[in-house]
Amino acid sequence: MTPNPLKTQADRRKERIDDLAATAGGSPSGTVTGAGEIEESPGVSLIASAWRRLRRNPVFLVGAGITLAFVVLAIIAPWIAPHDPTQGLLLDKVRQQSNPIPGSEPGFPLGADNRGRDLLSRLLVGAQQTLIVGVGATVIGLVGGLTLGTLAGAFGGWVDSFIMRIVDVMLSIPSLLLAMSLAAVAARPSQMTVILAIAIVEIPIFARLLRGSMLAVRSSDHVLAARALGVKQSAVVFRHIIPNSLAPVIVQATIVLATAIIDAAALSFLGLGNPDDRKPEWGQMLGASQEFLGDHPHLAFYPAACIIIVALGFTLMGESLREALDPKSRR
Amino acid sequence: MTETIENVQTQANRNEALLSVRDLRVTFQRHGEKPFVAVDGVSFDVRPGETVGLVGESGCGKSVTSLAIMGLLPRRGVKVEGEVDFQGTDLLRQSDDQMRDRRGRDLGMIFQDPLSSLNPVVPIGVQVTEVLERHRGMSRKAATPVAREMLDKVGIPDPERRLKDYPHQLSGGMRQRALIAMALACQPRVLIADEPTTALDVTIQAQILALLKDLVEDTGTALVMITHDLGVVAGLCDRVNVLYGGKIVERGDRHPLFASPRHPYTVGLLGSIPRLDGTRGERLTPIPGSVSDNLPWDSACAFAPRCPNAIEVCREARPELLDDGGGRWLRCHNPVENPLEVTR
Repeated sequence: MTPNPLKTQADRRKERIDDLAATAGGSPSGTVTGAGEIEESPGVSLIASAWRRLRRNPVFLVGAGITLAFVVLAIIAPWIAPHDPTQGLLLDKVRQQSNPIPGSEPGFPLGADNRGRDLLSRLLVGAQQTLIVGVGATVIGLVGGLTLGTLAGAFGGWVDSFIMRIVDVMLSIPSLLLAMSLAAVAARPSQMTVILAIAIVEIPIFARLLRGSMLAVRSSDHVLAARALGVKQSAVVFRHIIPNSLAPVIVQATIVLATAIIDAAALSFLGLGNPDDRKPEWGQMLGASQEFLGDHPHLAFYPAACIIIVALGFTLMGESLREALDPKSRR
Repeated sequence: MTETIENVQTQANRNEALLSVRDLRVTFQRHGEKPFVAVDGVSFDVRPGETVGLVGESGCGKSVTSLAIMGLLPRRGVKVEGEVDFQGTDLLRQSDDQMRDRRGRDLGMIFQDPLSSLNPVVPIGVQVTEVLERHRGMSRKAATPVAREMLDKVGIPDPERRLKDYPHQLSGGMRQRALIAMALACQPRVLIADEPTTALDVTIQAQILALLKDLVEDTGTALVMITHDLGVVAGLCDRVNVLYGGKIVERGDRHPLFASPRHPYTVGLLGSIPRLDGTRGERLTPIPGSVSDNLPWDSACAFAPRCPNAIEVCREARPELLDDGGGRWLRCHNPVENPLEVTR
């Protein structure tokens, strides 16, 4: 800031050009009204402008399409499934020696499994379990992570160090291994133990992310400005710091949904999931198909494809969400 | 003249001064590092309705001074000494809670960058009412008309609509107006403006300065203007303190100070501004060197290595802030005698 007005003038001009370039390229909806001012229609929040960018993004549309289809199918599965997924309707077609897996036939487009249960119905109803486990684990992980992250980010000092060391220890264990150990120590494995095991793995990720983002926001100008207005500490944290720190956490949550689904499938595959095989679950179906992998690969292919497509849908959605909320692309 | 005369005079001023900063000293101390004195014994008074300027280049301690007055410096690693007298209480001896109650109510502050100083996810109206809710105990509902009135007062057109707008929907000038509205919502007695126009266009700068001037005159708020821009000082301040290396090196009323600057640093600051009435092809005269060349104040004049007027004593003895007999205070062994020649 050496008083060299010629230089500052040139700099200022450069900045203004950069601003104009940014407005022309970055947000096509804003119109330049002179002096680098951007006028937008009233009542447009940041979320609305992010949504406007998202609507045009084919990656987001594909991801959101897959996710929506998955959620809708999972919810209405019991009604649209052609048969009861728990009943061995084709049991009489199962020949232990010659043909253990009944092929497709009228009314059973994908055939049945080794117990004569309709494969399509099992896949459809299995989506439900996957959705419950994925969402349940993410929500619990999010709540736990946000609580820890907020404590660490708001208090700092030894509270921060203490929480972050615990988080570091948890992060240093490979996530699947941690989830497996947690699921394995459960006395009676059930759907709930799977959800909890995966949620606990996710807690440190969210905690660390929120804490880091809060630290960055805490030293920002508007937080200093709020403090200069005498705003109470709690209001500074909850109104000024946290809402500005959540964007990366929300993005992470969509991506974590994908991981949670894969982890849940992995746990079931390894036999650590719900032992009750009357409730179909993709990972468990995948595990059961191992035996017949050589002659009947389709039995493994369908549940695996479902897992991959759903995980891909969440990942695509999360990635495009991250892009849309990224302050660098917003400038 | 000696230092004691300054004390006598400040004693007299003190009764009418609203904010009186005495011997403020801010030291940054990192573990295992040499402590750094950012503000080194700064004293000045501000009376109601008066505007006092703190001028200097980057790193001279202007912003740290303002943060120290507001109590916004972190407790850890920073030592603040001296006295900041506000209506009989020493702000530096107040607890964190007491200072939180005062900030926004008794002391307001506006910042350099209006965009980053507003919370991007909260509408303007909520940010203005927040101050009123906090200090006046008003409900959101009761505070909204006051906030609208405030926005109107600082010259934001269509305030009803703007209350619902988010910061990114406002232009730079509007944002700075909104910040001023927030800072003045509870009618603080002292307003500290830390480079309020630096991030704005020249035309907007003039509007914001005019607005500040009007508000100060109307409400009798004391304004501390912190800037590196001498144009701002010339247009607004009643008295000017020129800071160098954490110390005040020259102090005077605006007109005499600009007409005949006597400290070589002030002369240098004025000399490095381009002038419309200068001869064509005339070169600007920048101050050579940078703040990093400074000598320690303990045993020399910090400015000596960059000073065209430096004499032997400048590197050997610390100059004191003394009255030159005409109401001008100077910290210089060899002040400029006939300043008009030096400033062209």
